[in-house]
Amino acid sequence: MDLTGILLGGLAAGMVLFIVSVGLSVTMGLMGFVNLAHGGFAMLGGYVAVMSMRHWSLPFPAALALGFVAIAALSVVLERLLYARLYQASELDQVLFSIGLVFVLIAAITLGIGPESQTLVLPDWLRGQTDLGFIRYRTYSLALIAVGTLLLIGLWLGFERTRLGARIRAAVDNRRMAESLGVDVGRLFTLTFAIGSGLAAVGGGLGAEILGLDPQYPLRYLPYFLIVVAVGGLGRVTGVFCAALLIGVLDFVLKVEFPKGGSMFIYALTLMALLWRPQGLLSRRGG
Amino acid sequence: MSRSEPALALPAARTLAARHRVKWWEALPWLAGIAAFFFLPSYLAFGTQVLITILFALSLDLVLGYAGIVTLGHAAFFGAGAYTVGLLAAHFGWKEPLSGLVAAAAVAGAIGFASGYVLLRTRGLALLMLTLCTMAILQESANVAASYTGGFDGMPDLTFAPLLGIIPFDVLYFRSQYLYALVVLFVCFVVVRMLVYAPFGQSLTGIRENVLRMHAVGAPVHARLVIAYTVSAAIAGVAGALFTQANAFVNLATLGLDRAAGVLIVLILGGYGRLYGAFVGAIAYMVLERALANAYPTAWQLGVGLTLMAVALFARNGIFGLADALRRRLAAPGSK
Repeated sequence: MDLTGILLGGLAAGMVLFIVSVGLSVTMGLMGFVNLAHGGFAMLGGYVAVMSMRHWSLPFPAALALGFVAIAALSVVLERLLYARLYQASELDQVLFSIGLVFVLIAAITLGIGPESQTLVLPDWLRGQTDLGFIRYRTYSLALIAVGTLLLIGLWLGFERTRLGARIRAAVDNRRMAESLGVDVGRLFTLTFAIGSGLAAVGGGLGAEILGLDPQYPLRYLPYFLIVVAVGGLGRVTGVFCAALLIGVLDFVLKVEFPKGGSMFIYALTLMALLWRPQGLLSRRGG
Repeated sequence: MSRSEPALALPAARTLAARHRVKWWEALPWLAGIAAFFFLPSYLAFGTQVLITILFALSLDLVLGYAGIVTLGHAAFFGAGAYTVGLLAAHFGWKEPLSGLVAAAAVAGAIGFASGYVLLRTRGLALLMLTLCTMAILQESANVAASYTGGFDGMPDLTFAPLLGIIPFDVLYFRSQYLYALVVLFVCFVVVRMLVYAPFGQSLTGIRENVLRMHAVGAPVHARLVIAYTVSAAIAGVAGALFTQANAFVNLATLGLDRAAGVLIVLILGGYGRLYGAFVGAIAYMVLERALANAYPTAWQLGVGLTLMAVALFARNGIFGLADALRRRLAAPGSK
């Protein structure tokens, strides 16, 4: 495979990482809640998409939208009933809780649907290849890159140009100050949590073709989501975007070039990046 | 001596002066461990794994519970110890178990020192990910060096020399392994217990509670953390070496995220920062997991997950935290 092809493949994988991880970055930045179950929401979204396409023959975009709505609603219930009780708890209790939730989600999928991995059947218009003029490449990867870029622009505008985004940024930077200015951080968090989990669900559906879909998904990809958030910085949409693309491209390229031990480089690079800028590469606060 | 007596009359001073003393109930876990050897002979293989997990969780308690270092990569040291004795036995004919433990402790301690020296300047999420990456790099290295380590399949069918030259390893019933693990656990426990009640342990607790103040009073924070991390890594290496010797194999899972997350769960479940949390957590978690896996082979994770969620929600600081809360409620029924 030539270099452009590898780059495009890496970009597509990076877009999926971005869509899944961006919600985790914002919720961790807002509440400092270590939500290790975030990948579980992505998995559930993937299952909702695959199952609704298979049994109700929904079109792919509608299935993704259904995943967003369903998982966002579920996450609001979980957040109000369970997560909210743990905001004041130590981060270790939060880790225990969210790992427990991952186990429950894994078991629920294993029992309800089965331990085998599910394949996402792409609609015809996303299969095959598209001629870009300088290269012919898989239509679906190109579509992923387009969707990821659109989402980035949308999220960036929402974050930087709306009142809601300003509130979120204020609360991430200084929660007490934001609260004393009248920002209801609790409600803000419920809303952000729902959007973040919904986006993870969309990412799970979009990425099912690349990352696969089986009950072990949340644990297998947890390190990747966490690395993207750590390298990108907490509560930083553009930081997470750059980190996700960087990790996606490097991971893809290195795994093609060095099929054995290729993932070692990604960990080594993360190690160096975090030693250099512990707050994230693009963090305004710096090292 | 006469000058200290009025000071000791204060209840708080008495508590402080006596808290390092051995209490009568501290003999109970060891008596239970010996009793299990005689009364539960068919569970000794499982018991050996529990003892190894206790030792591993104890090493984590030193850094997590006392020094407040949250790590997601502690299996790096468990695996380093496990692979050290495995490689020595398979390629160098070094099959003597006790010196193997020492070698494993040295290798794991050296890795702990080197990584801790660099990583312990960071905190929070960055530290969590840096420890995770260190572990992942070690695991990938073991995977790549397949001609020595067996790669993904690991090294099966290792043999070790008899303990002290006379007691052979009991492949079928794990009798000798169980007692061996119990003795090693006891020795390591005594070391950790001495360490946490020494001034060194007090300064670790100080760093956990208020790192700025410890800097302000002139404590060498970074050096203390690195020493604690190194000791903890060495003990985790001993636990890993015990794992390889007792089970006669080693594989990549000893270096994996599952094991690192598992020991974290065990310690939080039992209660961190109190030495015996490792014992309670390991027994509770492993017995629960085994019972559920036997009863519901496909759905055991459901029960384990629900238990973890319930403990996190209703029992702050694990099972020991729950016991503390109950005791406070019983002790002062009118004050509420």
